[in-house]
Amino acid sequence: MKILLIQIVLIAVVVAVVARLFRSRGARAQAIRRLGLILFAGFAVVSILIPDVWNRIAHLVGVGRGTDMVLYALVVAFLSFTVTTYLRFRDLETRYTKLARRLALDEVRGDRPLPDDGDEPPAEDPPSPR
Amino acid sequence: MNEDVWLVVPLYNEATVIADVVRRAREVFPHVVCVDDGSADDSARLAAQAGAVVVRHPVNLGQGAALQTGFEYALSVPDMRWVVTFDADGQHQVEDVVAMLDLARTEGLDVVFGSRFLDDRTDAGLLKRAVLRMAVAYTNLTTRTKLTDAHNGLRLLSRDVVSRLQITQNRMAHASELVSQIGALDVRYAESPVHVLYTDYSRSKGQSLWNAVNILAELILR
Repeated sequence: MKILLIQIVLIAVVVAVVARLFRSRGARAQAIRRLGLILFAGFAVVSILIPDVWNRIAHLVGVGRGTDMVLYALVVAFLSFTVTTYLRFRDLETRYTKLARRLALDEVRGDRPLPDDGDEPPAEDPPSPR
Repeated sequence: MNEDVWLVVPLYNEATVIADVVRRAREVFPHVVCVDDGSADDSARLAAQAGAVVVRHPVNLGQGAALQTGFEYALSVPDMRWVVTFDADGQHQVEDVVAMLDLARTEGLDVVFGSRFLDDRTDAGLLKRAVLRMAVAYTNLTTRTKLTDAHNGLRLLSRDVVSRLQITQNRMAHASELVSQIGALDVRYAESPVHVLYTDYSRSKGQSLWNAVNILAELILR
């Protein structure tokens, strides 16, 4: 079995994306993401002006057609999006948990009065007539 | 006698049993804090009527989050020396807690884990037993502890240990997280046999074995 360059590149990207799960996030990661976004936009303009650029890249890494190359890039981009979103939701959940816990503890310590009828969720605002 | 012990009970939709569980526990341990995790039923009111302190999460966060909230509440009580994590569904026996406390007090332990597998009182199904065994093997492999039962909700923790724990796994993986944090603390711990009573009620509410997959995923993708 002959290993194509594209296979190495794709595997490397997938591994890098998964590795991000285990690494700490910080200012550097954010900066890299933003730079990547700018490069991505720049390349989008180039590939609109010169559509053949995809074919050339594809041939360079051993893929038959430029469209296949676009598909591979999309798969990788989607995977990375999924991972990033997952991590963001985890961070968000941590903060939200701390907020809810603070509220719960403050309420029981009497810093804030208990709602009269706590069994019911707070009523929604009545729909305004329009 | 047990004025310095606080039972921390995560509570989520257990209206049918919670009043009995709290009442029976309070015959021996007067201090019970139920952390109501956004129950949709009457659980919180019934627990309060039965004499428990009720801390209410405004939204459902998960059992791990409820335990951490209960820990923080218990730490705000100056006289608290021991925290017991206790299930709301009536699976746990108050006598087992008494035995765990005796063990900790006489042997100067910081943590006592309940274990279903130290005697044969607990009647778990074959598949459940197998999955729990695997969970234990995984926990022993990844943490610096040697236990026979990793996902038992009945534990006794000293104030010092509670103040150093920080549970971040909101859902089911908190049990492994707790063991791993205690393993890293370098404190004296032991296991004590407990009887987990699987009733039809607790079975109907109990975690599905599919959760083993979810727990593993939550632990790996932390």
